Amino acid sequence: MARSERASGAAAAEFLLKRHTLRPAEALPWLIGIGAYFAFPDYMALGTQILIGVMFALSLDLVLGYAGIVTLGHAAFFGTGAYAAALLAARLGWSEPLSGLAFAGVCAALAGFVSGWVLLRYRGLTLLMLTLATAIMLYELGNARADITGGYDGVTGITIKPLFGRFDYDLYGHTYYLYALAVLFVLFVVARRIVYSPFGQALVGIRENLRRMEAIGSPVHRRLVAIYTIAAAMAGVAGGLYAQSNAFVTLSALGFERSASVLVMLILGGTGRLYGAFLGAAIYMLLEDSLAKLSPEFWEFGVGLVLVLTVLFARGGLLGLLERAARRARGLWR
Amino acid sequence: MSLEHILSIGAGILLDGLAYGMVLFIVSVGLSVTMGLMGFANLAHGAFAMAGGYVTVSMMSALGVPFELALVCAFVLVGAASVPFERLLYARLYRAGELDQVLLTIGLVFMTIAAFTYAYGPAPQAIRVPRYLSGSVDFGFRTFAAYRLFMVLVGALMMGALWYGFERTSLGARIRAAVDNRRMAQSIGIDVDRLFTLTFALGSGLAALGGGLAVNLTGLTPTFAIQYLVFFLIVVAVGGAGSIKGTVLAALVLGVTDNAGKYLFPAGGAFFIYAATIALLLAKPAGLYGKE
Repeated sequence: MARSERASGAAAAEFLLKRHTLRPAEALPWLIGIGAYFAFPDYMALGTQILIGVMFALSLDLVLGYAGIVTLGHAAFFGTGAYAAALLAARLGWSEPLSGLAFAGVCAALAGFVSGWVLLRYRGLTLLMLTLATAIMLYELGNARADITGGYDGVTGITIKPLFGRFDYDLYGHTYYLYALAVLFVLFVVARRIVYSPFGQALVGIRENLRRMEAIGSPVHRRLVAIYTIAAAMAGVAGGLYAQSNAFVTLSALGFERSASVLVMLILGGTGRLYGAFLGAAIYMLLEDSLAKLSPEFWEFGVGLVLVLTVLFARGGLLGLLERAARRARGLWR
Repeated sequence: MSLEHILSIGAGILLDGLAYGMVLFIVSVGLSVTMGLMGFANLAHGAFAMAGGYVTVSMMSALGVPFELALVCAFVLVGAASVPFERLLYARLYRAGELDQVLLTIGLVFMTIAAFTYAYGPAPQAIRVPRYLSGSVDFGFRTFAAYRLFMVLVGALMMGALWYGFERTSLGARIRAAVDNRRMAQSIGIDVDRLFTLTFALGSGLAALGGGLAVNLTGLTPTFAIQYLVFFLIVVAVGGAGSIKGTVLAALVLGVTDNAGKYLFPAGGAFFIYAATIALLLAKPAGLYGKE
């Protein structure tokens, strides 16, 4: 009894020590990302949008997958970042790209901090409704102040200076692809550090058992606001990149559809795994690109069916299925 | 502006807002039953309402059924059609978290919209209401669309029927018992599973009825399922879980707020209804009449 307890304790300690070490498989998405640059030079515009989708889904994973905050309004931060970057370039004439992205991130972080401070005291259905209503309110605000946002026509005339003053943008979006890949890499390193830090562990604790975390004196509200702000900043950077690469932003950047689709991407890939965002966003957007044009009804029906099946049979998403299959294969091996 | 003029505008805003609030109540009350009473984050409410709208329109145009009877058919057919959904899908997730319920029902919404777009096409469907509902009624100081008055009347009837059903009948008492304490209700011999199926069918039937009634005001396309979803959710969340009284009050308050906001600040659009929602929910997280 005591021995097995000690043995399981040692196994747990080993797990805790080793779980953040890099595994060889973690190089895979980056190899694919760089490989795609050489293999599919004609699809760089789509590739850039996929990288932006991954970034956005990754930011949602921090909030939803790790901290367990169920939000239906994550597009609010994507849209805030997109409009911040767009307005900075189009109206204020500041066209340096990296500082534009930083500005987008800061604006979205501010929105995340203020709304998170107020909303994250609530839970369950109330929180769901509050995040939804906040995002739609922002959308309606953008609609009402069409003099600033351009309303349904959107912000046009976004011109961006060459990256570092040297790399100009070609028609096929090669520069933007590499730019987005680099930004995603930086954000991913930050996210990975966060989730394996004690702070990240505390977030998982809050997700799993809120009352216990409160009982052992964890500053729950402060931690939730912190991760919400960080994730909002990441979503804002993704939005800023979206505005810069499309040179165009409309209110759809803020809409409910965007909050819903990023949720679908993350659920499809698997929550609380970081790489779920990569897999989910890539598969969703690749399929959308081919199927949505072929038959929009078929595509929409498929998305719905996948959601229903995921909830009922595969709560870990595609990565969860892969993990299960791998475990079974390993079991057979022994 | 004279005082009389201001008063007349104020009365107009209030009355239009109340009529609009009644419409909100009629299309949302079904959700108050499924989400409020059963505690299921049912985002597919709009899909059932949309299905009800299509049943009503198809019955009238293809079979020549009169409007009133078509509404009853929508209530019965959609209510019955929702039973397999409840048994096969919803029942598995009663004890799951909100996220799972939201994902399942969003999935259902996507599938329903796709199926109805495939069957009916994306173009809006027209409805021809009976002549006595299509004119307007003169009240001396101003005229009202007859259909809006009809909605107020229907809303009042539904309110009364639901209040009576839940508060004064044995079935209503059993539903309330099952919602309050599922295990206790089961141990005194109430078949909670069957009761929940019945309650869910009632909620979906009411959604379909609301959808059929709303077509004349909102128009009908497959995206109806998602277009007005936020309104339903807001009304129920603000009203408070499972409270018919709360749903009525929330629908009326939000109807008047939205109407006043749109009238007084046309550019502000729908901004005010969301601001009011957030303010109300921050002050009373469980809704106006919800249990804290």
